Amino acid sequence: MKTTPLHQAHLALGAKMVPFAGYEMPIQYTSITSEHLAVRGLAGMFDVSHMGEFWIRGPGALSFLQFVTLNDVSKLKVGRAQYSMLPNERGGLVDDIYIYRTGETEYLMVVNAANIEKDWAHLNSLRAGFEVELENASDFFALIAVQGPQAVGVLQKLSDTDLTSRKKNDTFMGKLVGKWVRFARTGYTGEDGYEVFVAPDEARVVWDAMLGAEVTPCGLGARDTLRLEAGFPLYGHELTDETSPLCTPFSWVVKSHKEFHGKEALLKNPCERQLVGLQVEGGIPREGYRVLKEGREVGFLTSGTHSPMLKKGIGMAYVKSDLAALGTSLDVEIRGRMAAATVVEMPFVKLQ
Amino acid sequence: MNYPSELKYTKSHEWVRLEGDVAVVGITDFAQDALGDVVFVELPQVGKVAEAGAAVAVVESVKTASDIYAPVAGEIIEVNAALGDKPELLNQSPYGEGWLFKMKVNPADVEGLLSAADYQAVAESQ
Repeated sequence: MKTTPLHQAHLALGAKMVPFAGYEMPIQYTSITSEHLAVRGLAGMFDVSHMGEFWIRGPGALSFLQFVTLNDVSKLKVGRAQYSMLPNERGGLVDDIYIYRTGETEYLMVVNAANIEKDWAHLNSLRAGFEVELENASDFFALIAVQGPQAVGVLQKLSDTDLTSRKKNDTFMGKLVGKWVRFARTGYTGEDGYEVFVAPDEARVVWDAMLGAEVTPCGLGARDTLRLEAGFPLYGHELTDETSPLCTPFSWVVKSHKEFHGKEALLKNPCERQLVGLQVEGGIPREGYRVLKEGREVGFLTSGTHSPMLKKGIGMAYVKSDLAALGTSLDVEIRGRMAAATVVEMPFVKLQ
Repeated sequence: MNYPSELKYTKSHEWVRLEGDVAVVGITDFAQDALGDVVFVELPQVGKVAEAGAAVAVVESVKTASDIYAPVAGEIIEVNAALGDKPELLNQSPYGEGWLFKMKVNPADVEGLLSAADYQAVAESQ
């Protein structure tokens, strides 16, 4: 089992550790609910060093990325980041990713931990003919996400670099407690904040400085409930090798005016089902539960949990396309009984 | 972890307090800690007759749903309705206000369950 550079810090805090994507990771330090509410109310931080980082460099970097991703990389200026996806040749997805343009011909791609090897092989299989250099730098970065309404204020107190006036999706180098880091005003919680890329041997200094500034350490449990409330997909659940992004609320990522790998298959794929948000009464929906309409099976849950903000069950589900409209009444089968569910807008909670 | 010595226990992490021929049942301190924040409790119907080991209730935390088993055979005679609004009582007071249900039982059956020391050994080996 692999560990992150912050492993000892998690043990020192008494975190509950679980295996996740080949890493031993903290699922919670105190309680998922209190960590969740800290991020919605003040500031929390997550060790997400398990995620993968690839450098894409060279004169052909832009044309390569245009071909292997769905969003329009030509729109990305130096110092900006964008959410994107890697399509496969069958109309499904290899992964969902973030791309940071760090120089004229230099990009950093952040990928899901569980997909590092798959993505790396996939990108290398498509690189022929592009003047591009790829580097798997996953072991050269620790990554700490600092999120919440107070997150930027707390970071600013620990940095001489201007963090406050930056825009969402800005990325730049700066100093944090005297260490050079890459800041990115991005995240996976629906709150303001930064993701901080730091050298592995300097991660502990940064982490401890933020603990000292009373940023709440948060585990993967709260990370999942926060991303669900915010309506963000998780690869392996909402997005898979078999699902089309066009059948999800994230279809905006697909820029069909450009050429990309697997374009024909992706655009040909009809959506028999659509990904929707469900709010559920009298029970907690979980991944794999069946969705029914008048006793007929019409879909299934891809993720589900109890929302600490709404104090209700929420989830995402693929349902038959004619039942995907907002306000549609459905049922979720919870241990053999029907719980009333409604198709609702995502994010599930009002975010700033 | 706290394992009151006057209670009896099961390997599946229920505790039992015998009051005459009524068994009060809940989940242990170890179980509530392992589950994390309890956010939903599904209680049995009063009047239900359960075999020993039958799944009769469900406790859901943020993370997961977990079955609760009847520690001994008997009839459910009362459930803790307060858990509907305050499921967090299971975390805050697992042996007190967080009790789950009461069963009419044969008191001799309860004697066969684990002692606090035996249960502690089971819990700490996990």
